[in-house]
Amino acid sequence: MRSLVNRVGVAAVAAGALIPASVHAAAVEGPVQKQATNFEAIVMFLVFVLATLGITYWAARRTKSAKDFYAAGGGITGFQNGLAIAGDYMSAASFLGIAGLVYTSGFDGLIFSVGWLVGWPIILFLVAERLRNLGKYTFADVASYRFQQTPMRTMAACGSLATVTFYLIAQMVGAGKLIQLLFGMDYLWAVVIVGVLMIAYVTFGGMLATTWVQIIKAVLLLSGASFMAFAVLAKFGFSPEAMFSTAVQVHPKATGIMAPGALITDPVSAISLGMALMFGTAGLPHILMRFFTVSDAKEARKSVFYATGFIGYFYILTFIIGFGAIVLLLAPDATGAYPFLDAAKLAAAGGKPNPSMIIGGSNMAAIHTAHAVGGDLFFGFISAVAFATILAVVAGLTLAGASAVSHDLYASVIAKGRASEHDEIRVSKITTVVIGIVSIFLGIAFENQNVAFMVGLAFVIAASANFPVLLMSMFWSRMTTRGAVLGGWIGLVSSVSLLIMGPTVWKSVLGNPAALFPYDNPGVFTIPLSFLAIWFFSITDNSKAAQDEREAYKAQYIRSQTGLGAEGASAH
Amino acid sequence: MKENAQRILANPKFQELVQKRSAFAWTLSIAMLVIYFGFILLVAFGKGFLGTPIGSGVTTWGIPVGLFTIISAFILTGIYVHRANGEFDELNRQIMEESK
Repeated sequence: MRSLVNRVGVAAVAAGALIPASVHAAAVEGPVQKQATNFEAIVMFLVFVLATLGITYWAARRTKSAKDFYAAGGGITGFQNGLAIAGDYMSAASFLGIAGLVYTSGFDGLIFSVGWLVGWPIILFLVAERLRNLGKYTFADVASYRFQQTPMRTMAACGSLATVTFYLIAQMVGAGKLIQLLFGMDYLWAVVIVGVLMIAYVTFGGMLATTWVQIIKAVLLLSGASFMAFAVLAKFGFSPEAMFSTAVQVHPKATGIMAPGALITDPVSAISLGMALMFGTAGLPHILMRFFTVSDAKEARKSVFYATGFIGYFYILTFIIGFGAIVLLLAPDATGAYPFLDAAKLAAAGGKPNPSMIIGGSNMAAIHTAHAVGGDLFFGFISAVAFATILAVVAGLTLAGASAVSHDLYASVIAKGRASEHDEIRVSKITTVVIGIVSIFLGIAFENQNVAFMVGLAFVIAASANFPVLLMSMFWSRMTTRGAVLGGWIGLVSSVSLLIMGPTVWKSVLGNPAALFPYDNPGVFTIPLSFLAIWFFSITDNSKAAQDEREAYKAQYIRSQTGLGAEGASAH
Repeated sequence: MKENAQRILANPKFQELVQKRSAFAWTLSIAMLVIYFGFILLVAFGKGFLGTPIGSGVTTWGIPVGLFTIISAFILTGIYVHRANGEFDELNRQIMEESK
């Protein structure tokens, strides 16, 4: 698992905390590294930003009620929502990170793609329609449905905020690095621009603008990636075998790239990572929120079907693009030169190419491949799309964080349901601005942090704190407030503290000699622990309130199964 | 609403819907878990197999196994949506109609 994090870090950002500072400086700020100002990319970038601001203006004029703001009025179709979910999910870590991981270690990249995809069928079979039938704006609506509102919502909102924050830091750092490398801009300014744009999209346009930005970005990313994969395969007469055999010849790991490598070192790590990736998806607040933007359970199901198709297709593309990067970047061009590798490092190694010599770090593998297959204009297009990807994901995350504060903490816990819709939206907008400013600071503070590791943290927390409570609240009639609240907190605290005590944070980031906890991914321990705590503290709860909550399961059950009385069901 | 709920609970069609849908959803979930954790266990314990070339080429068994896992996720969701949006929703509609 240690090596897993190392590799992912290398794959996802130019520099991670695990790479010595000197190497990092050379990779990101060194003079060799300075990119010439890329006018095509800047023009593409401006076009995208203006177009999305236009959408935000349009959406702002249509966003009047809380339902409009949080759930785009509930009028998004299954197909549109499928694209938006895919957009939310195809973040910087999946596009740049997986392509970079395949470029450095081949087959290992596929392990992540598979893990990130298989959570979707589980969401569809067990969660999606119940969620749609029971909820309004946030997953806490569902988790707290028949329980005491104050402790449940406080716990759920903290779980949401923890997940969103880790996810958000990763995206901010990724965006900052990308902009710094592409536009030759200061990291600081790059992060500020991302923060300001994100605040604008969310505060003015709400869910409607966020959804349409996601849809547009998903279409652009899918078409750009399709073109790249097509162009790569076309070079080999559409024979994957021919592409693989060239890759094996030019990659220093040779046939090692065609099998699982050092990514997963022991079975516990493999299973732990597998569990976190699969169940974490079903606990991500910004993803769960998307199910409230459609009119009914039928559309919710369709959204997952389309999303699974788009995401699966996209991961197959990134695998091909990663191999394209190997064959295009590690082989000499017609003049015998290696235009995408750092000339000084290449010379130092006696002209023997190695994936680590790539200009800008391995997370730029997909971007360089775009340059190699489509020239300057396409390079600009993919750069702009990569930036847009991050921006859109960041907007979705911020909205989820803002809803947790305004809808769960403010409206339900503090104002005890007496807040007006207007107040609730106002609190949400203020929260968005606060989250935006905080994430700009965190993005700057975590500049050298490892992007995909942070995303991994978000998945473990989501799988340990949010997923067990959500699942049990819908499936287990005997759960009580005490069981759910204690189980949720235990999942949250244990996952966060074991992550901190693990090798990456405790040893590499904090500089202690040895880790207190041997695994980087504690999911295999914390996910069952949370379930166990929910079970134990529920069955031992004999209070009157607990009895009432068990009684109330019947009504919840009928609504979750049939949609009777479901939010928005009558409006359509 | 309360009366509606009672009528729904008493409706044999409701029992039928819940039973059929749950059985179907859990069967598919278990299928997905078996396929995925089969893949993860192969990664953990069967690296040799995944790294074996198919025939005389360089393409290894790991590639089709990985692709199969991705495609199976899509196919399983398709199967569920097809039955849920057809058969189950029709049953649900009848139940709602009869409970009015």
